Amino acid sequence: MTVPATTDEQPGAGAVTDTGPGRPGPAEALRPHAEHAFAHELAALAAADDRPRPARWRLSPWAVATYLLGGTLPDGTVITPKYVGPRRIVEVAVTTLATDRALLLLGVPGTAKTWVSEHLAAAVSGDSTLLVQGTAGTPEEAIRYGWNYARLLAEGPSRAALVPSPVMRAMERGATARVEELTRVPADVQDTLITLLSEKTLPVPELGEEVQAVPGFNLIATANDRDRGVNELSSALRRRFNTVVLPLPATPEDEVDIVARRVEQLGRSLELPAPPEGVEEIRRVVTVFRELRDGVTADGRTRLKSPSGTLSTAEAISVVTGGLALAAHFGDGVLRPSDVAAGILGAVVRDPAADRVVWQEYLETVVRERDGWKDFYRACREVSA
Amino acid sequence: MTALTTAPAELRARQAAGPLLLGVRHHGPGSARGVAAALDAARPDAVLIEGPAEADALAALAADPEMRPPVALLAHAVDDPGRAAFWPFAAFSPEWTALRWALARDVPVRFVDLPAAHTLAAADPTWGDGEDEADGSAPVDPLAALARAAGREDPEQWWEDVVEHRGDTDPLAPFEALAEAMTALRERYGHGGRPRDPVREAHMRLKLRAARKEFGDAVAVVCGAWHVPALARRTTATADRALLKGLPKVKAELTWVPWTHRRLARRSGYGAGVESPGWYGHLFAAPDRPVERWMTKVAGLLREADHPVSSAHVIEAVRLAETLAAVRGRPRPGLAETTDAVRAVLCEGSDVPLALVRDRLVVGDDLGEVPAAAPAVPLQRDLDRLRRSLRLTPEAEERELDLDLRRDTDAARSRLLHRLRLLGVDWGLPAAGRAGTGTFRESWRLRWQPELHVRVAEAGVWGTTVEDAATARAVSLALTAADLGEITGLAERCLLGGLTDALPAVLGALADRAALDTDVAHLADALPALARALRYGDVRGTDTAALAGVATGLAERIRVGLPPACAGLDADAADRMRERLDAVHTAIALLPDPAPADDPAALASRWADALRRLAGGERVPGVLRGRAVRILLDEGRLPDEETARLMGLALSPGTPPADAAAWIDGFVGGPGGGLLLVHDERLLALLDGWLTGVPAEAFTDVLPLLRRTFGAYEQGVRRALGELVVRGPGAAGPGSAARVPGFAAALDEERADGVLPLLALVLGPEVPA
Repeated sequence: MTVPATTDEQPGAGAVTDTGPGRPGPAEALRPHAEHAFAHELAALAAADDRPRPARWRLSPWAVATYLLGGTLPDGTVITPKYVGPRRIVEVAVTTLATDRALLLLGVPGTAKTWVSEHLAAAVSGDSTLLVQGTAGTPEEAIRYGWNYARLLAEGPSRAALVPSPVMRAMERGATARVEELTRVPADVQDTLITLLSEKTLPVPELGEEVQAVPGFNLIATANDRDRGVNELSSALRRRFNTVVLPLPATPEDEVDIVARRVEQLGRSLELPAPPEGVEEIRRVVTVFRELRDGVTADGRTRLKSPSGTLSTAEAISVVTGGLALAAHFGDGVLRPSDVAAGILGAVVRDPAADRVVWQEYLETVVRERDGWKDFYRACREVSA
Repeated sequence: MTALTTAPAELRARQAAGPLLLGVRHHGPGSARGVAAALDAARPDAVLIEGPAEADALAALAADPEMRPPVALLAHAVDDPGRAAFWPFAAFSPEWTALRWALARDVPVRFVDLPAAHTLAAADPTWGDGEDEADGSAPVDPLAALARAAGREDPEQWWEDVVEHRGDTDPLAPFEALAEAMTALRERYGHGGRPRDPVREAHMRLKLRAARKEFGDAVAVVCGAWHVPALARRTTATADRALLKGLPKVKAELTWVPWTHRRLARRSGYGAGVESPGWYGHLFAAPDRPVERWMTKVAGLLREADHPVSSAHVIEAVRLAETLAAVRGRPRPGLAETTDAVRAVLCEGSDVPLALVRDRLVVGDDLGEVPAAAPAVPLQRDLDRLRRSLRLTPEAEERELDLDLRRDTDAARSRLLHRLRLLGVDWGLPAAGRAGTGTFRESWRLRWQPELHVRVAEAGVWGTTVEDAATARAVSLALTAADLGEITGLAERCLLGGLTDALPAVLGALADRAALDTDVAHLADALPALARALRYGDVRGTDTAALAGVATGLAERIRVGLPPACAGLDADAADRMRERLDAVHTAIALLPDPAPADDPAALASRWADALRRLAGGERVPGVLRGRAVRILLDEGRLPDEETARLMGLALSPGTPPADAAAWIDGFVGGPGGGLLLVHDERLLALLDGWLTGVPAEAFTDVLPLLRRTFGAYEQGVRRALGELVVRGPGAAGPGSAARVPGFAAALDEERADGVLPLLALVLGPEVPA
C-alpha cells in the first residue's frame, strides 16, 4: 500500500513515510526503527517460536515477552533485554494486546514508555511506524482520516482522495497502531478513539463506506501521569484501555547507573570533562530525588513529604549535567555539592509555598543529621536562603 | 528404609489395609477439599488430626453452632501465661474440615501431636529449636525443594498449580502422589533441620497405634504432608517410647480463642503463614468459576469505595487473567494473575485501590467466634494473679483509690489500671485528682462490673498476659489511628501504662504521621502532649530518649512550617494560632537539648530565629507578630531598642489601626503584659502616641479589642498604668513629682529608717545598718 506523504494537516505527526514491513530501513537514519535495528533477533525468535500466535501476530505472546525482556534461544541467539524492569509488567502488556484490548502505558517522564510501545509494535506487527505523535494541536484527521484537497476538488470524494491516518491503516492491515502522549491530545480528539476502540469500525460517511478492523488490529497509547494541566482521559476512554504503569527504577543502584551513563553520554556531546569524583555527587542527587519521591528516607526509618514536582530520573540527569557544566565552566572541574544544590532546589521547589516547606523540612530533619553531608547541607542552606 | 522403594500401587495396597494417611498442606483449600472427598470415600471409624494431644477434650466444642472459624487452639503454661502457643484453623484448613466432618458424623476425633505440655517446655534449653542454629543449617522448606525439582521458582505458585487447582476423580490419588514425593524428600533431608520432628512423629505413631487398637484399622490421619513418610514407617513401640522419654514438661491448659484472617497471614502456629487467607477462603467457598466470582467480589468492593467499575470491566479482567495464565503457562489463573488483571483493568494501573483489594479481600478481615463454654483465656488468669499480688479486689461498688506513684506498689497498680483501659477493660476510671496534687499523684474510681469478664475474654486475642495484650493493642491502635492527636494520646497512655515495648511502634507511627501532616496546627496541637508525656516518663522512670527524639523532630517541623502557616490568617484563626504559639513555646522549653541555649545550633536558638521571622513577617497577622516579639523579649533574645523599633513599626501611621490594635493585644495581652508597660516607659509612650493618633472613625473599631486587652489586667496594674499615662510620657523617674495616692513626691528618709531594725531581724545581722 502506497500512500502519498500527508500534507500539513498533521502538524504533530510531520511527514509520514510508509516503510512497510520487511523493507530495509534507510541506512543513514539517525535512529533506525526497532524492527530494523533488531531484525536478526526478531527473525531468530520467529524461527524458534512454536507457540500459538494470535491472528496476524509475527510472534507468539511468549516470544514477544522474551524479545522485550531478553534471553537466550535454543539455537544460541542472544536476545538483548530491551526493557529492564519487572517481568510481570511486560507480561501484562503483551497479554493485553493478545486479548484485543487497547493498552495504555502510564508513567512519569523517563520510564521508557515510548521505547516499550515501539518494541511491542515491532515484535507484534513487525512495524512500529503506524504512529500518531500526540500534541495539543493534534486534529481529528490524525486519528480518523483526512483528504487530499487537490484531488478532492478535482475528482470529488473518492477513496483515492482520502488520506488514511496511521490508526486507519492499522485497522485495515490488522497491525498495531501507536498514539504517543495521549493526554496532550485535546479531549474532543481523544473522544474519536472511544467508539473506534469499542466498535472497531471507522465509518467514512462521505463515501458511504466504512473501514472495519481486521483481527490483529490493536492500539498502544502512552501518557504521562504526573503532568498537570493536560487533558485527563475521560472514564469512557479509560475503560477501553488496560492500564500498565511503568515504574521508576527499582533500586538506587539501577538509578545511579542510568543517571551516570546518560550523563556521560550527554557530557561527551557537550564536551564537558568527565570528573573523577562525580559518582559520589550523582549518588547524592539520586538519593535526594528518590527519598523525596518515595516520601521515605533510604533507610526506611523516616517519613517525608513529597514535593509537587515529578523528580524523575530524567530530571536527576539534567541536574547532574547542569552541575557538571557549572563545575567545568566556573569551578575547578570537579563536581561539588554547591554545583548541584541550585539545580536540586529548582527541581524540588516547583510550588514556591508548599514545596519550600517540604524542602526545608527535608534539609533540617534529614540532611543536617546525615554523616558526610555537611557540605551539601551548607550549600543547600546558601541557595535556599 | 523400605518405604523409599515402594511403588505407588504397593503403597495404595498398603494404605487400603492400614490407616488412611492424608498428608496435607496446613491451610490449603485444595487440601481441605481433598480431605473431605477422601473421608467421604473412605468413611473411617476414627479421625486423627495433627494438633496438641490435650485438645481431645475441646474437640466437641468445634461442633457448637456458635463456633465460627477462623479460631485457634491456644495452649498456655498455667504458671506463666506469657508462654503460649497457637494452632490456628480457618474454614479452609484441612484439619478443620476433618474435625467438622468427624463431629457431624459422630466419628471419634483424636489430636495426635506432642502434648502442649511438652511443646511449651521447649523454651527449656535442653532441647528444642535452639539446635537449629547449632548446626548452622536453616530448616528445609519441603515445598520449595519440590518446586525446585519441578523447575519452578515460586513454591507457592507451583503448589497452587499442581495441588490446589486440580480436580481429580480419584479422591486418594493426590495424597498418594504427595506421600511419594515427601518420602523422597525425607530420604534426602531426614528431619530437614527440625530436630523436634522425629519426637513429634514418634508421639503420632504411638497415638496411631493406640487408635488402631481402639477403633480397628479403618482410621484416617490428617497431618502435614511432611510427616506422612514417618507415620508410614514401621518402628517398634519401644523405640518410639524411648524417644519420648524424659521430655521436659510444664502444666499446660488449652482453650479455643477467636482468630482473624490477618493473624493467619503471619508466620506463626503451624508454620504455614498464609499470605492470602481471603483468597484461599474464596477458593474453598466458591462452588465453581472461582475467578469470575472473585472479580465480581473485587468489583463490589471497589464500587463501595466509590470507584466506578462496570460489568464490562469485570469481563475484561477475567479475560486478561485467563490469557495471562496461558501466557505464563499455568493451568488456571492464580492469585498473581488475578491481581495483575485487577490492577490493569479494574484499578486503571493504580496501586492505591489495589491496596484496598489486598487488605480487604486477599487477606480479609474475617473475625472468628468462640462459644461462651470455652475455658477461660490465660489473660484472665494473668489478671487474677496481678490483682492478688497488688491487693486490688474486684468490687461492684464504686470506690476511690489514690495512688502515690513514688511507691512501687502504687506505681504497679497505676500501670495495671492504665493497661486495662487500653484493652477496653474499664475497671478503673481516672478521677479528677485532689486539688494541688503533683504529677506523682493519681486518683482512680474503681468499679468491677460483671460484663468486664466478657471484655477480658475478648481482649484475649491480643495476648496472654495483660502486658503483652496491652502492648499488642497499642501497636495495632497506632497503625490504624486516624489523626496525629490520637497517636500522641496513645503515646501518653503507653507511658502511663509502662508499655515500653509498644513505644517504638507508636512513636514510629507518630513520626510518620507528623512527617506527612501538612497542617502545622495539627503538629502544634500534638507537641504539648508529648512534652507532657516526657515529664511523666521522668516521674515514672521510663526511658524517654526515643520520645524526646520524636518530640524534637516534631518541634523542628513546626519551626520550619510555622512562618508560612501564619501568613494571611483571619482574626479568629490568628487568635487560635496565638494559643498554639504559646503552647509550642512552652513545650519547646521543656524539650531536652544537648546544646546550650545560646548556641546558634540549639533548638531554642533556631526556634527564636523562626519567631524573629514571624515578628518581621509581612503578611503575618498583627496579633502573631506582637506575640512573637513578646516571647523573644521575655526570653532576653531581643534587645530593648529592637523591641521599640518593631513596636514603632507596627504602630506607625501606615498600619491599619485594627492590625495595630491586634499587635498590641499580642504583645501586651495576657499575664505580665501590663507590668511590662508599667516598667518600660518607652513602650508605653509609643503606645500612648499611637492611641492618640488613631483617627476618630477608626477608634470605635479598635476600641473593643483594646478594651479586651487592657481589661484583662489586674486592678492595680490598670491603675498604675492609668496614672503613668495621666502623668505624661517621660515624666517618671526618682526625682519627678509622682502623684500616686498615699505617697509623697520624695522619699521621707526618717520614716524609711524606721523599718531598718525589722529588716535586720529578718535578713540577719550582716546587713549594714
